Amino acid sequence: MTSQAVLELRDVTRRFGASTVLDAVNVTVRDGSFTALLGASGCGKSTTLRIMAGLDRPTEGEVLLSGENVADKTAYERNIAMVFQSYALYPHLTVFQNIALPLTMRHLNAFSRVPGLGRLAPGSATARELITKKVTETADILSLADLLHRKPNSLSGGQKQRVALGRALVRDPVMFLLDEPLSNLDARLRVKMRSELVSLHKRTDRPFVYVTHDQVEAMAMADQIIVMIKGKVAQAGSPRDLYDRPADKEVAAFIGTNSINFFEPDDGLGQMNGYPVNALIGIRPEHLAPAAGGHFGARLETAEFLGSETVLGLRTERGKEILAIAPGDYPVPAPGSEVRLGVSPERLHLFDRQSGKRLNAEHAR
Amino acid sequence: MTPGRLFGRSLSLALLLIGALAILLPFIWMVSLAFKPQDEIFTATIQLLPSRIEWSNFTKALTETDVPRYLLNGVIVVVGILAFQILFAVPCAFALAHRRFAGRTLIFGLVLAALLVPFHVTAIPIFLGFAQIGILNTYWALILPFVPTAFGIFLFRQFLAQVPSELFDAARVDGLSETAIVWRIAFPLAMPAATAFAIFSITAHWNDLFWPLIATTDSDLATPPRGILFFRDEESGDDVGPLMAAAALITAPLVIAFLLAQRKFTRGLAAGGLKG
Repeated sequence: MTSQAVLELRDVTRRFGASTVLDAVNVTVRDGSFTALLGASGCGKSTTLRIMAGLDRPTEGEVLLSGENVADKTAYERNIAMVFQSYALYPHLTVFQNIALPLTMRHLNAFSRVPGLGRLAPGSATARELITKKVTETADILSLADLLHRKPNSLSGGQKQRVALGRALVRDPVMFLLDEPLSNLDARLRVKMRSELVSLHKRTDRPFVYVTHDQVEAMAMADQIIVMIKGKVAQAGSPRDLYDRPADKEVAAFIGTNSINFFEPDDGLGQMNGYPVNALIGIRPEHLAPAAGGHFGARLETAEFLGSETVLGLRTERGKEILAIAPGDYPVPAPGSEVRLGVSPERLHLFDRQSGKRLNAEHAR
Repeated sequence: MTPGRLFGRSLSLALLLIGALAILLPFIWMVSLAFKPQDEIFTATIQLLPSRIEWSNFTKALTETDVPRYLLNGVIVVVGILAFQILFAVPCAFALAHRRFAGRTLIFGLVLAALLVPFHVTAIPIFLGFAQIGILNTYWALILPFVPTAFGIFLFRQFLAQVPSELFDAARVDGLSETAIVWRIAFPLAMPAATAFAIFSITAHWNDLFWPLIATTDSDLATPPRGILFFRDEESGDDVGPLMAAAALITAPLVIAFLLAQRKFTRGLAAGGLKG
């Protein structure tokens, strides 16, 4: 993590009228990194991305690109590429023209861009050759070569997605911003595009900033995840950091496929020795497994067999609902029977009951 | 089909036919007269079809009168008006639909209010103003009053408001200036609205008699309807055949244009949010 910071947001605040959408957000995107901006809808992650792109201006704070303040620069001047959730392909242009448009604007002057007549402009022939070459190369990378003459309306969702990526890729930008690019695809295509995006990231070696509300996507692709909650950065770190040491209970609740169990002190875990009496205890279902000499017992209510694992829904004697995950070969007892559950102490997360912040008790590793 | 429904269908069809006939009759009569020889025009009996097709009415209208000149004037004025209207209305509409600036709602309100003001109200002030700057009796006098079009701005704004703003953001990221976005992205997308608007504009100004009658006295500047008046005055009304031929010539371009663009026209209206 010593590589150079490409883009930095310093104390960026954005207000729309009376409502504060972003509140003193600090973000650093390093060279070659894959950063995920993760958060529920309305948490300000898209606004953050638009400010990075230069489509929106911060009310306060600075945007630094390679150390230089770019507050007054447009998206184009920053040479940042952006892929939009709806793909935002120009419906009246062919795939070729869609991908070529950024280059057309860069390499051809106003006169040369006039349809037909522009071909007479000096130098436009070489520029056009260059554009055709670059578009063809990009199309080959994204396997779009057969679709170049088609209009966006006749493409499938995955193909549109590729065209949108192509339009970003063809410019050779300093960084890529992606706004929920996979959310309009079906589940299988999404997994496929995920790996394509990762290999595209490796290939270009440019930083990617990826906005998503899906923690699985963020965990799978990113090397840095920034969790945003209500316009603030709740935590920034590697996927493992966020999973192992969530900074507060909201981050803990957001990260992880199965939502974490929280225990109030009077929920029946209080007998565990040595922990602050007032702490809220978080245990991930995957760290809570049936064990003969377990710490506490709960009655089994539901069991979902998923093959590699079985998700158990239980209820403690105090009436608290919890989730636990047993291995796939676990012999599920009859509903209503008592199951002893065990957890290793280092898998406990302790949070302050008032502020929700992580407590660093000396026994928590 | 039950007898009751058959009756209902026939009745509505008959009513529609009568309505269509009532509207089309003057037009049909004009076409009929235009093709009739001189001696058949004023007969006591009603004869819709001429005994022989008389082309000389058209030859006379086209060669011995100023009708070609009127047609040319009509084209210059109509095309001039439409070009300037689109040149100004599309950027205005784009700004109203997709740019945030102080007073946007107010300005859009003013545009809507301007829709309610009939041209006849502003005609006299405009006439006086044009007289002051001395551009009466020019093509500009015929074109300029119609360049600011509240209807055009409204139509294009309604259409562009439905285009997702992500598309224009993408264009900004791709390096298009706001002007380039208007003409390279917004205008091509608004083509259906533009077609509908063009038909409205062309029909209204091709057929307009009121303003050319006020703003021009020079017969060399006469638009087609104004020209017909000159024609009638000069020929003192007895040469009905060529007069009707001229009238047919003048209405023909619009009828043909409408038939060609009919589909786009209705689609543009639907898309423009005026319907449904």
